[in-house]
Amino acid sequence: MHGFANPARFLRIARWLMPLCMGAGIFIALAALGWGLLFAPAERLQGETVRIVYLHVPSAWLGMAGWSGIAIASFTQLVWRHPLAGIAARACAVPGAVFTAICLVTGSLWGRPAWGTWWVWDGRLTSMLVLLFLYFGWIALAQASEASDGADSKAPAIFGLVGAINIPIIHYSVIWWNSQHQPPSITTGGSAMSGAFLWPLLIAMLGFTLLFAGVVLARMRAILAQQQAEARLRRKALAQGN
Amino acid sequence: MAIKAKHQRLVLLGIAMVVLIGAAILAIWALRNQASYFYVPREIIANPPESSRGVRLGGMVEKGSIHTLPDGVSIAFVVEDNQAKVPVTFRGIVPSLFVEGSGVVAEGHMGSDGTFVADNLLAKHDENYVPREMQNMTGKQMQQAMAKGK
Repeated sequence: MHGFANPARFLRIARWLMPLCMGAGIFIALAALGWGLLFAPAERLQGETVRIVYLHVPSAWLGMAGWSGIAIASFTQLVWRHPLAGIAARACAVPGAVFTAICLVTGSLWGRPAWGTWWVWDGRLTSMLVLLFLYFGWIALAQASEASDGADSKAPAIFGLVGAINIPIIHYSVIWWNSQHQPPSITTGGSAMSGAFLWPLLIAMLGFTLLFAGVVLARMRAILAQQQAEARLRRKALAQGN
Repeated sequence: MAIKAKHQRLVLLGIAMVVLIGAAILAIWALRNQASYFYVPREIIANPPESSRGVRLGGMVEKGSIHTLPDGVSIAFVVEDNQAKVPVTFRGIVPSLFVEGSGVVAEGHMGSDGTFVADNLLAKHDENYVPREMQNMTGKQMQQAMAKGK
């Protein structure tokens, strides 16, 4: 693990891994969306509106995966003081928030034809909205604490771990409580979703996940470059001051 | 014997996480009955809510139970789980996914005669996704979905 602690080594790997993830992610996600939107069948009850699933479910997964990434990075930062952990957490936040927002918007657009309402305050929808607000709060806290304590600030890491409690709540909300949202279709025990929907969905999830990884790597590189530039400016200012 | 600083941090953070997860489990346990979006027929029958109180009733629409009332714009149907049945009346336009054998959430109140009077109906989709071409395969899956609907 500490082999990656050296930012130079991370940058060497990220330099080729980032375009690979992004390119493959965009290609696979577009192919899966094309498959799902144009060729996959209509659903028995929902008809054509089922196609929203190919954007809604990958977004929901990545919204939750983004916070899981923040939580793992936060734990790593607090225990092992890994120099890239805080940067990784910061890199996950904005893409995670964007996918959470896409999940909520597509879900709302899907709810109108499928359920007859844009929004209900059931356990699943409410906990997902809470996740979006947690992201907003986390991003604001990370920016504010970076301004005062620098990049290794502990405050966002603690917030990241506390907020992770919401992730299992989102997942189990439809199992613990009666809810408008249906229980998960894809579980470790199998799939209640016919293969005609499942395969394009799984491939869309793979594609969007690769795209997400590419964005996180790109943001980590950008944050590292910014830190280097700031350090250089500081040295310059010190040299001129003497 | 000196403990390494990072092991100490690991233990401290581990304890903090256990405490946090314990607090969350207690909170969720307390919310167990309050955070449900609707009552199922079994709960409505066991503890009928006062007719002045707005509640939601959720369950499966019993097969063959939907019929139009004599006024021509109201419908009556039966919402069931695998233990109880509640008759429901509704006046208005139903969502397109409102069909017999599928899930429904009715918003309204319990009438004095034991009939639930719905002001609004929401269709509830189950977790099964079946292509149109495979419609005849759904009987067994529907039963599974109903078993889970408790």
